Amino acid sequence: MLRIDGLNAWYGEAQVLRDVALEVASGEVVTLCGRNGAGKTTLLRSVMGLHTQQRGAISLRGTDLTKKPAHSRARLGLGWVQDDRGSYATLTVTENLTLPPRVGPRSWSLDRIYEMFPNLYERRSSPATKLSGGEQQMLALARVLRMGAELLLCDEPTEGLSPLLVQRVGEILRLVKADGGTVLLVEQNLHFATTVADRHHLLAEGRVVESLDNTEVRNRERELLAYLGI
Amino acid sequence: MTNFLEQTFNGLVSGSFLALLALGLAVIFGLLRVVNFAHGAIYMLGAFGAYVLADELGLSFWAALIAVPLGLAVVGVVLERAFIHRLTRLDPLYNFLLTFGLTLILQDLVKARYGVQSSPYAVPSALSGSVDLGLFEFPAYRVFVLAMSVAICVGVWALLTRTRIGMVVRAATERPELTRAFGIDVGRWITPVFGFGVALAGLAGVLAAPMRAVHPLMGADLIIVVFAVVVIGGLGSIFGSVAVGFVIGVLQVWAEAYAPESWRALIAQTLPFLLMAVVLLWRPAGLFGREETA
Ligand SMILES: Nc1ncnc2c1ncn2[C@@H]1O[C@H](COP(=O)(O)OP(=O)(O)OP(=O)(O)O)[C@@H](O)[C@H]1O
Ligand SMILES: [Mg+2]
Repeated sequence: MLRIDGLNAWYGEAQVLRDVALEVASGEVVTLCGRNGAGKTTLLRSVMGLHTQQRGAISLRGTDLTKKPAHSRARLGLGWVQDDRGSYATLTVTENLTLPPRVGPRSWSLDRIYEMFPNLYERRSSPATKLSGGEQQMLALARVLRMGAELLLCDEPTEGLSPLLVQRVGEILRLVKADGGTVLLVEQNLHFATTVADRHHLLAEGRVVESLDNTEVRNRERELLAYLGI
Repeated sequence: MTNFLEQTFNGLVSGSFLALLALGLAVIFGLLRVVNFAHGAIYMLGAFGAYVLADELGLSFWAALIAVPLGLAVVGVVLERAFIHRLTRLDPLYNFLLTFGLTLILQDLVKARYGVQSSPYAVPSALSGSVDLGLFEFPAYRVFVLAMSVAICVGVWALLTRTRIGMVVRAATERPELTRAFGIDVGRWITPVFGFGVALAGLAGVLAAPMRAVHPLMGADLIIVVFAVVVIGGLGSIFGSVAVGFVIGVLQVWAEAYAPESWRALIAQTLPFLLMAVVLLWRPAGLFGREETA
């Protein structure tokens, strides 16, 4: 589904991604973990086409993305869940949901979204930034579901959420997977990561230094947590 | 009391021009992040457009009211494509300087052709009388200006809040990058929005022609006040710009009518900037503005 090869990225002179190679197969949930500043967000932004100071090969279902602007990539099936949740203050909850075009056959109807997220339904006419942090995170996820993106790029969707809401995010991601969707997930919560993902990549100083499956992560959890500094 | 209401009404009419200009400026700034310094010169061109159409082609005010904004919209589109577009990747200062230079050129061109004295423009005959507003009589043309401005502001507000295009423009104004990541080609909206903002300035100019002196510098002083209006309202805040435009118009007319005789002109002129200073110290993002987000 997604193939990244030889990806390098910079901010000015500082190189933050070095020869990153990564593949995500269709229907897979893959995480990306690493310390603060390891380059996780930059990697997702590069895939989305938002970080331009970058070089390397990125393709989606065999289509080369490197020359395509962000909006074309979205229409090819990339769904972006930004690390700050990306709520629009000037748009109501419903407008936040219906802003992106529907790009895939898996696109959820508004009814289904509101059935799944009754809180959002109750606040459907309020500006999105009036929602609580947790509700805004649900909105960000609901928005890419409504879009029907084939590959979700989720940047730390559980960050700062209560345990109950973290579980909820887990349910949603498992639902996406059961539905045949694919997810590239930036996640620092390793325990949570093993409950939703198939494989994990450890990013350090802009390189993928290890790739692990769930059993390996569970066996080495202590070591990995110490490494991540959590 | 009657006098007070009359002055307030006058203030709203004067605020109409501020509101229309601020609206265009805010729409443009919101999406392009360009402070269009030429906005005042375009307002002036709007008024001269009406004058020239009448003087040389014998076209009526009503024809000018439609033709001039459309013509200037085309000018705006060309301007955006030919110049502004090329500079958007650089520091916003470049476009500010570009539009500043353009202002000087436009003013001098008009000055060279029509001189510095005011060109006469008659009130359209259908609106030359006065309207009985119950408590007082008011020039029909002024009532028309106010009604037209309010209608346009409400229309733009409806366009922005009730249509998909409006939703896209709002989204792109607030978070351009995220909006692109949601599959929306933000760049496609830039040229039309610029043309639209310019057309609004041109329309304000046509409306001004019958009641204000039509001369090459008519936009130069006004635009500085409009900048204050936009900053007070909150850069890019459509609602803030329009509301503050009307309020400043009223406050200025009140100052001219009720401030101590020898201070009137000074107070009326400096009021917008005093308010701007106070608002900036108190709320740097303006009354209705928000802090920037990515
Ligand atoms: N706009 C920027 N300008 C300059 N350097 C930046 C910018 N954004 C990020 N960086 C630097 O690039 C590196 C990678 O940042 P990135 O945000 O991709 O890391 P991250 O793994 O997502 O971190 P976090 O866990 O804090 O979200 C960091 O060293 C960061 O300081
Ligand atoms: Mg990050």
